[in-house]
Amino acid sequence: MDMEDARDALVQEARELLAAMEMALMQIEAEGASNEAINAIFRAAHTIKGSAGLFAFERIVSFTHIAESVLDKVRNGSLPLDANLLSLLLECGDYIGELVDAIAARRETEEPDPHRRGRLEVALNALLGVDSPAAAPLTVQSASTGSAQIEVEGEGASVSSDNWHLSLRFSPDVLRNGMDPLSFLRYLGTIGTIVHIVTLPDALPDALVMDPEACYLGFEIDFVSSADRQTIEGVFEFVREDSEIRILPPRGKIAEYITLIHELAEPAGRLGEILVKGGALTATELDTVLAQQAAEPVPAKPLGTLLVEQDKVPQAVVAAALTKQKQGEEKRTQEQKFIKVEVSKLDALIDLVGELVIAGAAANLVAHREKHTRFEEAARGISTLVEQIRDAALTLRMVPIGEVFQRFPRVVRDISRELGKEIQLLVTGADTELDKSMVEKLSDPLMHIVRNAMDHGIESTEARVMAGKPIEGTLRLNAYHESGSIVIEVSDDGRGLDRDRILGKAIERGLVSPDQPLSENEIFRLIFEPGFSTAEQVTNLSGRGVGMDVVKKNIEALRGEVEIVSRLGQGTTVRIRLPLTLAIIDGFQVMVGDSQFVIPLELVIECIDISSHDLRHNILKLRGEPLPFVRLRELFDLPDIEHVRESLVVVQYGQQRAGLVVDKLLGEFQAVIKPLGLLFGGVKGISGSTILGDGRVALILDVPHLVQRTMRASTALLSHQHEKLNR
Amino acid sequence: MPLTTLAKGEGAQFRLDGELTIFHAASLKDALIAALGEGGPALTIDLSGVDELDTAGVQLLLLVKREAARLGRALIYSGHSAAVISVLELLDLAGTLGDPLLIPNASR
Repeated sequence: MDMEDARDALVQEARELLAAMEMALMQIEAEGASNEAINAIFRAAHTIKGSAGLFAFERIVSFTHIAESVLDKVRNGSLPLDANLLSLLLECGDYIGELVDAIAARRETEEPDPHRRGRLEVALNALLGVDSPAAAPLTVQSASTGSAQIEVEGEGASVSSDNWHLSLRFSPDVLRNGMDPLSFLRYLGTIGTIVHIVTLPDALPDALVMDPEACYLGFEIDFVSSADRQTIEGVFEFVREDSEIRILPPRGKIAEYITLIHELAEPAGRLGEILVKGGALTATELDTVLAQQAAEPVPAKPLGTLLVEQDKVPQAVVAAALTKQKQGEEKRTQEQKFIKVEVSKLDALIDLVGELVIAGAAANLVAHREKHTRFEEAARGISTLVEQIRDAALTLRMVPIGEVFQRFPRVVRDISRELGKEIQLLVTGADTELDKSMVEKLSDPLMHIVRNAMDHGIESTEARVMAGKPIEGTLRLNAYHESGSIVIEVSDDGRGLDRDRILGKAIERGLVSPDQPLSENEIFRLIFEPGFSTAEQVTNLSGRGVGMDVVKKNIEALRGEVEIVSRLGQGTTVRIRLPLTLAIIDGFQVMVGDSQFVIPLELVIECIDISSHDLRHNILKLRGEPLPFVRLRELFDLPDIEHVRESLVVVQYGQQRAGLVVDKLLGEFQAVIKPLGLLFGGVKGISGSTILGDGRVALILDVPHLVQRTMRASTALLSHQHEKLNR
Repeated sequence: MPLTTLAKGEGAQFRLDGELTIFHAASLKDALIAALGEGGPALTIDLSGVDELDTAGVQLLLLVKREAARLGRALIYSGHSAAVISVLELLDLAGTLGDPLLIPNASR
C-alpha cells in the first residue's frame, strides 16, 4: 500500500468513524446517555486522532485531542453530557469532518476555518478548565514557548506510553520480615515483561550507619503486561501495608506522574530522567510535568489523602483496560465480517459476468440448433449457474439504503432548530437494498426534498395548533421494493400542496396556458419545472426555486422518476422510483417483423392472445377493465407482414398498466444492458441495447416511457371523443 | 567466614563464597568495610564463589563500591558467578557497578 492509498483509507475510515460518532450522539440525544454510546464516541475520536497521528496530520491530531480530553471527562463521569455539550460535540464532529475533507483534497496544511476552530477550542477548553485550574496557565505557557502541540492541557491529558509504570519503595523492614524484593521482581517477570528498570541506591546511608538488614533500595519499573491492575497489585499484597507501591496504568494521566514525582524522595529532575529513559514519559510530557510542578508547588500531602487518591485510580484503569480489550475484539470481528474491495474491481467483475451471460446465451443457441440433447442439457446446466453468478455478483454492489438515511436524523434535528419547528423523523425500510452507485447519487436529491418538506411542508407551531394538528410535525422516510424498482418516499404531515396556487403561479410564469386542462398529478409535477417556487419567503434552506428541477434531473439520470402525492392540509409525499440495478436484467424477448426487442421481465404482467379481441382506438377491454395499448410496429414504423397472429404483452409501471402489441413471443432472456450511443440519446421508447446469443442486437424497451405515452394517448383520445359527443 | 583474603597490600584480592544474603549481611558488612580499610589503592573482590544473592547482598555490593570511591580506592568485582549475573541483570545494575562482566557462553 503506498502513501496515497493509505491516505484514502484514512479518509474513508475517518468518515465512517465520524458517522458512527454522530449516530451515537443522536442516540444519546434521543434516548439519554448510555455508557456504550459514550464509549463509541470516545473510541471514534481516539481512533481518528491515532490514525491522523500516523500521518502527522497535526491539525486533526491537536483538535481531536482537545475533544477527546473533554470526552474522557464525560466518560469518567466528571462532566455531565447535557444538550449544550451534545451540540458542541456535534459541531466538533463537523469540524473534524472538514479537516478530513481537507486531507482528501490534499490541503491538509491549511486550516479550513480558523475562526470556527478557535471558537470550538475556546468552548472545549472552557469545559476542561472547569475543574482543572491548571489547564489555563499551561495552555498559555505552551503557546508562549511556541510548542506546536496543545498536548498539555493539564490533568486530563494522558501520557502516550503503553507500559505500566511501577514505582516501588519497600519498607526498611521487608528483609527482616523474610521477604526479598528480588522475588517480587522475579514474579513480575512471569506475568509480563520488565522493559526497563532502574535500581535507586540513593537511600543507602553512610557505611557507618547503614543497617545491613534494612532495605534501602527503590525501583522504578516500566512493565508490559496484559494482566489487569488487580493482578499486578496482588504481587505486592504482602508488602503493601508499609511499603510505598505505586502503579500507574498504561497511558496514565500526566497528573499521576506529577504526584509520583512529588511524593518520592528523589529529586524531581532525576526521577524525570528515569521516567523518560524507561519510556514511561516522552521528553515533552516530562517538560509538562515539571513545568506544572514548578508552577504550583504542592504542599506535602498527608499519607491518608494520598491513599484515597490512589484508590480512585483503579476504576478508571479497569475501564481503560476494558475498552482496549473491547476495541481489539471489535476490530477482529469486523475484519472477519467485511473485506474492503475497490469498487473498480467489482465493476470489472460485473462486466465480465455480463460477457459471460452473452457467451452463455450464444452457447445455448448453438446447442439448440445442433439439436444435440446432451449438449443442450449441459448448456442449460451452465446457464443456470451463470444466472446465479450474475445475481450474486450484482448483490455485491447492493447496499442498504440506510447508508443514505443515516445522515438525516442530524439534518432534521439541525434544521428544525433553525426553523423553530418541532419535527420528528421516522425512518422505515432502512435495510432495503439498492445499487451502491445509486446510493451516492441519491443523497443530494433526497436532501433537497427533505429540506423542502421541513421548510415548506410542515407548518409553524402556531399554524399547526390552529389547524388542530399535533404540535410536533412528522417527517417520514420510507423505502421498499416494488416490481423491480426501489421506491423511496419522503412524507410530511404538513400543509400539503395548494393546487390552485401552483397553477396560478405556473400560469403567471407562462409555464402553462390558462385553458390547458391539467390533472392534479400534472399540476403537482409543475413544481419540478426550472425556476418554479411558490414560497413567499425565501429562506436560506429552500424557496429559491433551485432544487426541485435539479432533483428531477438527478433522478431521471438514474433512469428513475419522481411523483408527488399531496392532500391539502394533510401532507405531501414525494415518491422516487428507481430501477434496482443498472447492469444486467432478466428480459422478455419479443419480435416484431424481423426486429427483436427485450422488455424487462419484472415489468411484464401477462401475455394475451388478442386475435379474438376488439382492437379499435388502441384501447381494449381486459376482464372488464380498459387497457390502453400501443402497436410496436406502428411505434417504430416497421414494415407490415401479412397473416401474423399478434400477441399482447401487458406491462406495469408504478400503478399504471399498458399493453404492447408484438408479432411473436420468444421467452425469457438474460440481457446485459449496453447503453445506447450519444447518437441515440434523443430516441424515446428505448432505454438501451443488448447482444443476443447469435450476435444480433436487440433493443431494450423503455417501459416507463411507453406506459406514460400510451396513457397520454388514450386520455387524449377520450377527451377527443368527449368533445365530439358534446358537439 | 565467606570472605577470604587472597592477597594483601597493593592489588589486594579477596574472595566471597556461598550465600551473600541477609543471613550474613551484618557480619559481611563489617568484614568488607574492614577489608577496604586494610587494602591498598586498588583491590579486587572475586565473586565466582557466590551462589546466592539477595537484596541485602546487592545493597552491600553497592555500599562497598560507594565507600571505596569515597576513600579513593579502586574496587573491582570480578569473576561474577551466574547467580550474581542474573541478579545484576534483573536490577539492571551492571552499569551502576561498572565492572567488566564475563558473560558465560551458554552454548558451551
